Formats: sequence, structure tokens, C-alpha cells
Amino acid sequence: MSLLRYESQVRPALVEGGKDYHQVTEDICRPVEAKPSKLWWIGFIISVCLLIFGIISVTMEVMYGVGQWNLNKTIGWGWDITNFVWWVGIGHAGTLISAILLLFRQGWRTGVNRAAEAMTIFAVMCAGQFPIWHMGRVWNAFFVLPYPNTRGPLWVNFNSPLLWDVFAISTYFTVSLLFWYSGLLPDLATLRDRAKKKWRKMFYGVAAFGWTGSTKHWQRHEALSLVLAGLSTPLVLSVHTIVSFDFATSVVPGWHTTIFPPYFVAGAIFSGFAMVQTLLVVTRKVLGLEEYITIEHINVMNKVIVLTGSIVGIAYLTELFMAWYSAVDYENFAFFENRLNLNSPYGWSYWIMMGCNVLSPQIFWFKKMRTNLVVTFFMSILVNIGMWFERFVIIVTSVYRDYLPSAWSTYYTPTIWEIGFYMGTFGLFFTCYFLFSKFFPVIAIAEIKHILKRSGENYKEKMDVVEKESLDGFAQEQTGDHH
Amino acid sequence: MAVKKFITGSFYDEEVLFPAVKKVRRAGYKIHDVFTPFPIHGLDKAMGLRDTSLHTAGFIYGITGTATAVGFITWALTVDWQINFGGKPFFSLPAWIPITFELTVLFAAVGMVLTFCYLCQLAPFVKKDHFNLRSTDDTFLMALECTDTTNEADAISFLQSIGGVDVGVQYKETGWWLGRYDKDTKRFEKKVETAQ
Repeated sequence: MSLLRYESQVRPALVEGGKDYHQVTEDICRPVEAKPSKLWWIGFIISVCLLIFGIISVTMEVMYGVGQWNLNKTIGWGWDITNFVWWVGIGHAGTLISAILLLFRQGWRTGVNRAAEAMTIFAVMCAGQFPIWHMGRVWNAFFVLPYPNTRGPLWVNFNSPLLWDVFAISTYFTVSLLFWYSGLLPDLATLRDRAKKKWRKMFYGVAAFGWTGSTKHWQRHEALSLVLAGLSTPLVLSVHTIVSFDFATSVVPGWHTTIFPPYFVAGAIFSGFAMVQTLLVVTRKVLGLEEYITIEHINVMNKVIVLTGSIVGIAYLTELFMAWYSAVDYENFAFFENRLNLNSPYGWSYWIMMGCNVLSPQIFWFKKMRTNLVVTFFMSILVNIGMWFERFVIIVTSVYRDYLPSAWSTYYTPTIWEIGFYMGTFGLFFTCYFLFSKFFPVIAIAEIKHILKRSGENYKEKMDVVEKESLDGFAQEQTGDHH
Repeated sequence: MAVKKFITGSFYDEEVLFPAVKKVRRAGYKIHDVFTPFPIHGLDKAMGLRDTSLHTAGFIYGITGTATAVGFITWALTVDWQINFGGKPFFSLPAWIPITFELTVLFAAVGMVLTFCYLCQLAPFVKKDHFNLRSTDDTFLMALECTDTTNEADAISFLQSIGGVDVGVQYKETGWWLGRYDKDTKRFEKKVETAQ
């Protein structure tokens, strides 16, 4: 029987304030149905401005070529691929929360999964921009797809990690979108059935696909969610693994490392959780959802941050050890001169990375720090800066000094259009996020109701055996026909 | 599909709903459906619904994706246009694992979602009759289908006796049609089709 379930008494209530089902609906729909606040408009306008700056930057790049960026020989990948890997990594936390924590039956995911999944989709959209526009002749971008063409047909190189990336990122985007939207359907139906205005009835009516809440549909919906979670779990691990293959399958010292796949995945989850914290600390405050995204949610996510941050730290140290242990001069030079040495041209970036990713998250060993919102917000920004520098370190410090000193490049700094492109993806990301928080429920309403009787503050003490009869026995008995 | 006659009752607590579903079935009534705002585990079993085969469909779609990827890449790189990549064999299966995996996941996910939408008749601009608009909020709505042998008054009082609220008779279209929720269109304009 479904009501007979075990929930640890140690775990604090996940929904505070003694809610019933209707109040949950009211609370989560309120920001969607109310007029947007002044704060929302300010944030939205800033985001759109950034987006416009990004569009101008990209237009410059398309009109005059990739030469608008400061990439040089030997730094063929600079800010653009750094940003690509950074954004993809951020996306990973959403899938981890929605899929892996679903499989692990973590009840707390319900408070944050909807917003985190949306973040995944927007982050992957931003990530995808970089390799696409980096192609230069972007009107030929469809060349990456294996389509029948008049050149033979000449197929794409299925053995290349760059092509694996095309498949991995596009699959990841598609599956995340399907997972997110199929979960949204019941909540959109809730909004549709509450709608008073004509345009709302029409918009949510179309968006909810005619969802009714039939038990058979819920049964299929549950099966779908579970299988999509099962598919997304290896998928999310594969995506960053494949991104790391872009580097690991090369023979460049600093990239040619077998530790890359797990190290990249841990880093991705690390940075993604930091971004979730950045968004949710603000979202819960602005939309008044503190009773659903509780301090306990912030607390457990900070635990994930300190864990993954430490895994990343071990990976950094392992890399150093392997470079020394390999006794290869080039490996040693890449790690101990180009990175570790603070006086080398990019040594500073390595130490920013170490400071932000490995040292600073260690304060989350203390519960006081984990449950402090100001510290959490500040740390989440710091972690994302650190993770951006991790990718910058991996890319730039590995390639700026080639094997021969005559091929050592000049010092690489981005142009305004490279920075503008990056800022533009922030614009894209936050424009999407602001629209999402205005028009869609940022918390999964149905899923909160599903855990309410287990984890709601007012139900927790009442947990008891409700019914003793077994369902299987009843199902056996009811094999006859109705009249 | 057609317009049918239903006896409907609302419930506000799954702890009342569960025993009610069992009592209704023991009494021999035909449950058309129970509409709930969130999934209630075990309700499908209590209502006597069979397990969904969506998993199996997903598995078949996944296998199709695997076969498509391996088959196509093998054909493209070993038959149609052989390219020598650094002296490696044309048939280099390990290098194809990433794409094979991605296509497996892609086919399974897309196929399952489309199948799900097909089975549940979900699509943009699909419109259905709803029994109670609160059944996406906080109300569990049970609809009993009236058959030839159903005594309406008995069914109503029975539903009330097991905890149903707002019990009454409703005529509803059971199928779907193309329409928008801001416009009051019906699939069929005529009222009743089934006998009492």
C-alpha cells in the first residue's frame, strides 16, 4: 500500500509551513499568475541587453571571420571552447538532480528538480553556441551531420571525438528537453484549469497537451519518468566523458590523460550544483518559495559541492603526480612550469582554479556555513569562477607553448567580441530563465504533492500504518467482471 | 468515442480514496477512471489496471537505435567510402561506441515520449472533456460508468456512503477532439447517446 512507507525521522521536513494540497498549488502558481515584480523586469531587461550584446558580437564574428577573436597559432581554442565546456558542465547538475536522485529515491530533489532541469536545457543551449559559431563559416554547420550529399557521398568521421560531441550534445539536449517537458505537462494542466484570462486558457491549454490526470495516464507517466531517468543517468555521464575525449584522445601534454572522464564529470556536477545554488538562493527569495526550497535543500546541495569539489581536488593532485611519475619532460613542463609555477605567463590562472575549486569549498564541512545563504551564494559564484578557470587552464596552458620554443605563442587575451559572445550567452541563459520563472511553475507541483504526506511538516509526526490489507491480495480477488 | 453517462464523486484524501476504490469494485460497479492531481502509487493496481508496456516499447526503440548506429557506421566506413585513419582498421568498433550509445538513448527517449503521447492522446490543441477542474489541484475525482444495469440512485447513495463528496450525474465525452481551451467547442453537439 502506497501510504505505508518509511521516511527517516532524522531528515527534516522538506515542505515547511503545514501545507495541504490546495495550498501547494496556490503557493507555486502565485508567481506565475501574478504580475511580474519590478525586480523581475530589471533582471529581464539586463539579460536582454546582454543577449543583444552577444548577438552583435556574433554578428561581428560572422561578418569578419574568426579573426575577430584573438585566437592565434598555437591557441586555436581559447575562450570559446572554455565557455563551451563550462556551460555543458553546468547543465549536468540538472540531470543529476532530476535523474540520478530519482533513481536513488531522494525526496528532496522534488523541490529543486524543475528549476534545475530548466537550467540544464538553457545551459546546453548556451554551450551549443560556441562550437557552432567557432566553425567560422557557420552557414555550413550542417556539414557535421551525416546526410547524403553530392560529394560522394562523403560521410563524417565517425571515429572523431569532435563528431561524438555533436551526437552527445544534441542527444543530451533532446532527452533533457523531453524529460523536462513531460514532467511539466501535469503542472501546465493545473495552470490551465486555474486560468481565468482568455490568453492563459489558450496558452496553457495548448501547452498542457490535454492532460486530464487519469490514473492510467499517471501510470504511464511514472513509467516514462523512471525509464527516462534510467536513460539520462548514463547519458549525463557519457556527455562530459565525450567532451573530455576531445582533449584526452589527443597527444598534447596536459590533455593526454586517462583520468579526464571521471574528473570532468565530477567537475561538471560540481559547477552545476554551484549554478543551481546561485539561481535558487535568488529564486526562492524573489518568488517567496522558502517553504519549498528550504535551508535543508541548500544544505544537502552544499554537501554535494564539498564532495565533488574534493574529488576534483584529488584529480588535480593525481594529474601532478602522474606528470612527475611519467618522467616525460614535456608532461613535466606542462604541469610544473606552465601551470604550477606562479611566475609563468598563465600560472595565476592555475592558482585561481586551485583556490576557488579545492580550498574554498572546504568551509562546507561546517553546517553553519552550509546553511548560511550569504556564504552559499558567494561560494556558488566562486566555484563557477574556479570551474571556468579549470577549463581555461586545461585549454590554454596546454597549447600556448608548443614543443619548440620557436612555436611558443604570444600572450593570449580575448577581444571585446570574444568577451561579448560569452556575455551574450549569459544573456541567453538568464532571458530564458526569467521567462521560465514567469510562465512556468518553478517547482514541480505534482511531485511536491506526491511527497507531501511523507515529508510535509504537518504530516510527518502522523506517519503510521494506514491500511494493513495487501494490494496483491485485493487484485487477486478482483478478477471477475463488473455489472 | 461517445458521450456517456457517469456518476461522479470527489475525494479529498487518498486515505479515503483507497478504501473507496476497493469498496466500489467489491460492490461490482465499473470505475471509468479516477482523476488525481498527482500519481498515487498502487491506485492503478487497486483499480485493476494492467501494467503499462511502455518499458518494453522503450527497449525496442533503444535496440533500434543501437542497430541503426552500428549498421549505418559499418556500412558508411567499411563499404560505401573507406577512409584510412592512421592505418587503423576500417571496422573500428570501439571508436563507434560513443555514437552507438547516444543513438540508443536518443531513439529510446524520443520513441517512448511519442508512444506515451499517442497512448494518452496528448498533443498540442488536443481538447478533452474534464469532469472537475479541481482534479488537477486537490481533488480526486472518481467516475463510475453507468451501464444498462446500473441503478442511478443506488450508485449515488453508495458513493456518498463511502466518503464521496459532491456526488452527481455527469454526461461527458470520453474521446478527444481538436480545439482550444479558451473556446467552448464540443466534439459532438448532440447530448446523450447511451441508454440509462
